[in-house]
Amino acid sequence: MSTLTDTFRRNGASIPLLVTAALLVIMFAAGSVQYEGFFSGQVLVNLLIDNAFLLVVAIGMTFVILTGGIDLSVGAMLALSTMVAAWLVEQHNWPPLLVIPLVLLIGTASGTLMGWIIHTFEIQPFIVTLAGMFLARGLCYTISTESISITDPTFVSIAQTRLSLPGGLFISPSVIIALLVLLAAFIVLHRTRLGRNVYALGGNEQSALLMGLPVARTKIAVYAISGFCSALGGVLLTFYMLSGYGLHAVGLELDAIAATVIGGTLLTGGSGFVLGTALGVMVLGLIQTVISFQGTLSSWWTRIVIGGLLLVFILLQRLSTGRRRA
Amino acid sequence: MAGPPTTDRSLTTEVGADRRPVLELRGVRKEFPGVVALDGVDLRLFPGEVHALMGENGAGKSTLIKVLTGVHPSDGGSVTLAGEDVHISGPLQAQQTGISTVYQEVNLCPNLSVAENILIGREPRRFGMIHWPELRRRARELVRDLDLDIDVSAPLSSCSLAVQQLVAIVRAVDISAKVLILDEPTSSLDRDEVRQLFTVMGRLRDQGVAILFVTHFLDQVYDICDRVTILRNGRLEGEYAIGDLTRVQLVQRMIGGELAELDVLSDASRAEAAEAAAGEPFLRAGALARRGSIAPFDLDIHVGEVVGLAGLLGSGRTEAARLLFGADQSDEGTITVNGEPAALRTPRAAIAHKIAFCSENRKAEGLVGELTVRENLVLALQAARGWARPLSRSKQDELARHWISALDIRPASPETQIRNLSGGNQQKVLLARWLLTDPRLLILDEPTRGIDVGAKAEIQKLVQRLSGEGMSVLFISAELEEVLRLSHRVGVLRDHRMVATLTNDGTLTPERIMATIATGAQK
Repeated sequence: MSTLTDTFRRNGASIPLLVTAALLVIMFAAGSVQYEGFFSGQVLVNLLIDNAFLLVVAIGMTFVILTGGIDLSVGAMLALSTMVAAWLVEQHNWPPLLVIPLVLLIGTASGTLMGWIIHTFEIQPFIVTLAGMFLARGLCYTISTESISITDPTFVSIAQTRLSLPGGLFISPSVIIALLVLLAAFIVLHRTRLGRNVYALGGNEQSALLMGLPVARTKIAVYAISGFCSALGGVLLTFYMLSGYGLHAVGLELDAIAATVIGGTLLTGGSGFVLGTALGVMVLGLIQTVISFQGTLSSWWTRIVIGGLLLVFILLQRLSTGRRRA
Repeated sequence: MAGPPTTDRSLTTEVGADRRPVLELRGVRKEFPGVVALDGVDLRLFPGEVHALMGENGAGKSTLIKVLTGVHPSDGGSVTLAGEDVHISGPLQAQQTGISTVYQEVNLCPNLSVAENILIGREPRRFGMIHWPELRRRARELVRDLDLDIDVSAPLSSCSLAVQQLVAIVRAVDISAKVLILDEPTSSLDRDEVRQLFTVMGRLRDQGVAILFVTHFLDQVYDICDRVTILRNGRLEGEYAIGDLTRVQLVQRMIGGELAELDVLSDASRAEAAEAAAGEPFLRAGALARRGSIAPFDLDIHVGEVVGLAGLLGSGRTEAARLLFGADQSDEGTITVNGEPAALRTPRAAIAHKIAFCSENRKAEGLVGELTVRENLVLALQAARGWARPLSRSKQDELARHWISALDIRPASPETQIRNLSGGNQQKVLLARWLLTDPRLLILDEPTRGIDVGAKAEIQKLVQRLSGEGMSVLFISAELEEVLRLSHRVGVLRDHRMVATLTNDGTLTPERIMATIATGAQK
């Protein structure tokens, strides 16, 4: 724990993170006071169950944003992953144990390719991943324009598995996978050279180059990681939805970016924490939960609240970095 | 034209005959398209010395450093490091062979801690994971080795620029401790910070590091350096022990000895100027200053007077001019135009007071390369009129024709894209652009830099003519002869301070200006 607080202090970027944590507590407390049945451990755990795929995608996004880049292709990559998985499993009867690694490989490979293009041709990540987004979305429809339901017993049994926790709570296997990814990301970012190079790259790319750091390798790696995370997110979504569909996760890239930013990562790169991203995902999930408990509001209010929050957090970032530089 | 290389005497006394250079460059040559940036440059660095690299703007200092650090491959000559021929292919490889560079802009990551900045890429690890306590311990040790007191766990962004520079040095020295290049490290440091830097440099010298120190500050050269290599126009002027050169000699060797005979200002012009000087000045700056760029200075510019600004590059010439044009805002002091206080907070306000400014950086700040000569010409006038009152095309054509012939701009076609013109002709277009707004004060920052001799003479003639017609001119140039030829009075700048205003009464010589630059007469 001392390493953790130390890490926060050294980076001096913990203010937005603390704000997010406080926000989470306040929202949960307010919901508990307002609505009957809100104050329960299962409501919190459900946040994880419902948003495990988003958490994984947002973790990948955090790597990219920490370098100062952006990956707009994650939602489309996720949809493509659900599509490829459903198509191979259902229409070609491939075994899930082969399909899942294959899907992860496709995601990683396309992330690597985009990273390579971004680095080699010095093109804005925005443009390259936008192209990747259209490409992946389009590929979904070449497989099928319809939703493909998954009836494969392995997928179905994973989807239905519930693991009991003490206190009568239960979680899904996806939650465990997402938490493992979170742990791995934390270790990579804070305890490995790759992770530190990610931060250095986001701090000042020119400096990183002159300091002799492997800029090319790091840059390509973050897009590969993001590609892997979107594919894994896709696999988790098939466990959740039991279908592959080209219209899955439309706009998810924006949710992932929002979660990352609300979690305290600077959009300009170099500062932020992957644990903050997890809090950011929880905040987004909690907004949805509150609105569903409220009952009369349309679900689009989720978007409105997220938009408002995002604005507040970006202003907060601006103010806190402005003060540090002054 | 280059002076004789080091005499053996100075070397034996200063470095000892038995010692061999750790880094030796011989006959290094570097060409860029159309320009020979370095021609036959030698440089020798001995272990345990601080060696100054000096030269005027454009003399080839930065090119030489870029060759040394592998940013530009050299086109000829040899580099020997510790007796072995080396080929430097890039910054990383230069570091690995033992040449580290700390640049003026600190190349570190502000978001990481001091400790990480020192050790990133070489972090101590245990079981494949970064060992944070060990990393901080080592960083603390390295910092202490240089007698510095820096909190290594603080983020770099919380440190002052001077401390960041020291951190960069700590990093560089830890990577390779043979040759350390410091590229103008002191330009944004204050006096105490410079002293701290020098203490560190002295300590490294004692440890046997060879330091190449690039600076524009003469005092600092005499404070810390053992020897100096002077470049001029891309050639080696000479290598000297610092004790063998007086400041004046040093400046002379940087600027060049060829002091051609001067066109003396006509007596008539001088009489006119004296007359004008008796009256109210067109512009008067009182204790005008901007923190970090120029100390408070007073300057009067009378009607029809040419005031020159002389000083080495980085001495504050441009900074002074930018304050008068409102391109930078002053922290203190006043400006009076025509006897009335004027707040020149923006270039717009200055233009409204009939002040025009030709920037030294024609490409970046002045001309729009994709537009034609005509379009570039009318830009400032159009801006002054406001977009609601566009100039008619026929008026534009008339103006373009008039100024193209008045200034003999070639090719004499208004519709040529300006990037296809030579430097001299571009400069004329820039001048014409401001002249057609009919300014009362024209500020020219290095108007003749990088243009050929013929065009240079034409621009000088133009300045004389304009002044004869009653326009005031502030003329900034690195070439003292030129400043002397044109100016009625010369303001001399040194280390961001105007140290003297000399009247060009016929007795003023380049040597006297040089002496003022070198010693700071009124300090």
